[in-house]
Amino acid sequence: MSAREEILSRLRTATRDVTTPAGSRGEIPRIATVGDSPGATLELFAENVADYRATVQRCSPADVGGVVAAALARAAAHTVLVPTGLDPAWVSSLRDSGIRVLADEGEDGGPLRADELDGIDAVVTAARVGIATTGTIVLDHEPDQGRRALTLVPDQHVCVVRADQVVHDVPDAVALLDPSRPLTWISGPSATSDIELDRVEGVHGPRTLDVVLVEP
Amino acid sequence: MPSFQRAAKEALANTQQRRNLAHATATIRAKRAAVVGEVDRWEELRVAGADAKDEALHHLPHYLEQLETNLTARGATVHWARDADEANRIVLDIVRAKEAQEVVKVKSMATQEIELNERLEEAGIHAWETDLAELIVQLGHDRPSHILVPAIHRNRAEIREIFRREMGSVGRPAPEDLTDEPARLAEAARLHLREKFLRARVAVSGANFAIADTGTLVVVESEGNGRMCLTLPETLISVVGIEKVLPSFEDLGTMLQLLPRSSTGERMNPYTSMWTGVHDGDGPQEVHVVLLDNGRSHVLADELGRQALRCIRCSACLNVCPVYERAGGHAYGSVYPGPIGAILNPQLRGTGSEVDKSLPYASSLCGACFEACPVRIDIPTLLVHLRTQVVDEASGRSPEATSMRAAAWMFGDHRRLEAAQRAATLGGRLLGGRTLRSVPGLGAWTQARDVPTPPRETFRQWWARRRQDDPGGAPGPVRQQDGTSTTTPEEET
Repeated sequence: MSAREEILSRLRTATRDVTTPAGSRGEIPRIATVGDSPGATLELFAENVADYRATVQRCSPADVGGVVAAALARAAAHTVLVPTGLDPAWVSSLRDSGIRVLADEGEDGGPLRADELDGIDAVVTAARVGIATTGTIVLDHEPDQGRRALTLVPDQHVCVVRADQVVHDVPDAVALLDPSRPLTWISGPSATSDIELDRVEGVHGPRTLDVVLVEP
Repeated sequence: MPSFQRAAKEALANTQQRRNLAHATATIRAKRAAVVGEVDRWEELRVAGADAKDEALHHLPHYLEQLETNLTARGATVHWARDADEANRIVLDIVRAKEAQEVVKVKSMATQEIELNERLEEAGIHAWETDLAELIVQLGHDRPSHILVPAIHRNRAEIREIFRREMGSVGRPAPEDLTDEPARLAEAARLHLREKFLRARVAVSGANFAIADTGTLVVVESEGNGRMCLTLPETLISVVGIEKVLPSFEDLGTMLQLLPRSSTGERMNPYTSMWTGVHDGDGPQEVHVVLLDNGRSHVLADELGRQALRCIRCSACLNVCPVYERAGGHAYGSVYPGPIGAILNPQLRGTGSEVDKSLPYASSLCGACFEACPVRIDIPTLLVHLRTQVVDEASGRSPEATSMRAAAWMFGDHRRLEAAQRAATLGGRLLGGRTLRSVPGLGAWTQARDVPTPPRETFRQWWARRRQDDPGGAPGPVRQQDGTSTTTPEEET
């Protein structure tokens, strides 16, 4: 008997006492808090993101480029990577501020290799969802966010979230996401608590996370 | 492995470890309480979490087949492993086929359980642990002592020493001027591991959840080492216990509220990665999933015991356990320490060995673990259930059964009891307040407990003396208003 058949047969024997059919537990309860207002949800999101020692800047759509450039300057980032689908207006305002803007294209014409990514200071992306109760941003790596490695290897990640993308609680976010996409949930910069449970920001992922919250 | 009681006795003498553990568990308990307090409907969430896991476990063949179908449809290769040997062989074959000399690893209990690193090393393949705590454990030639923070028994000075002594022999050495500041130690790990991340072609991970209705695997972490392993190498092998299955993607709405708050005491962990088979042009282009039984089907067959398979490895039960806090994780003789280990190990491995026989007794049955468990595993009841099994298997000749028979004989007649008590007070007078560490003949009981020093006189002796000293004051039968009388203990005899 193959391992597959043997395991499945053991499991069928082990669950002989179960009489209900699969799926009979009914609807999955959606246990989530509800925000008082969209404004309160945004406040909570900004508060919780900042609580993770990420910076939060709130601005109007017209100011995104300037706010992103300022965040890059604060971290002294000279080279910045932008995914192909990022808003061209933001990209040109970065170029205008004298930052070296790079695309995800290596010397051989393919995407950048990991060691090439390692030489880049920062990355700027959009996001898919923001979660207020946890201070989380979720990327689904569509073209405005780039593939997963881009937001991982450079040491600074500037992430632009639109106010209408922010939901109140975790189940609201799960309901919006497409599981066929790769998904990355980010709550603050890379961190560890492995040494005497002292929280230290910055291990392997970006050590600086700047969230730009765009309100109409 | 020796019995828990013997190993715990040695661990108790390690004052450094006891101090580290007391600090760590107190810190994490306070953090957890604060963030759990933020959730109004925590109890409902726990019930929903338990229901999701029970739905999966009760219909495990159905959901595993669904998971396999969806994974395969999305370009992953699914393997099934009956036991540790089979799982290790599958992983080794894949690594060999890729002609890789090394693999990078995301912290994974399942691969520790099957001792994958050791098997790979025997075959000449280096397995690098990339979680900071696992790195400390690996470089220190040590064993993990906690599910979530495996190096919790080490303090910063010890970690600095390990890094300075060991890093150079397996890669980039620790900086010359390394101090014991946590930020500097984390920086040293970053530099040491980055060269391994950038060159690795094969990664090995576990999974926190495997979603049946979509084929999605989920890894929850903090440092970004998980994202590195799950993203940069060409080939990814995930060893997944068959109990990790969740029926629906929607269930993540429940689980991702329960897990981080219960484990690290955070609203959300810094990074969660989800992938569904192969994503064209993004991340590993060859994805393998090894579905591991290794005793789990045996646990599932026990109608009461199967709830242990709900465990999402959050470690909340460890942090509230008075026994774990003092004994530490090593005494449990397994990668699964603490209250969950005390029920999971004897179920997964059977109760043949000294350590597995002793684990159901590694508890005071105070119930704190059940209160803390986000998926409502009734650990105290299962401990008692397993104690019954252990005693039954020992055919009634266990030390406990013997001493219970002796106790029944003694309590059966008041003269025997009085004689025993008089003998005890004699001991008490001889000891003069010192603590009794062990009593000959009560080995099994006193191995893990100090015996209270016997009083200098028994209640009965005190009573008799008091009556002698003050005959008028001592009550005889107490006269009640209705004319009946209650008796003193002595008159009852």
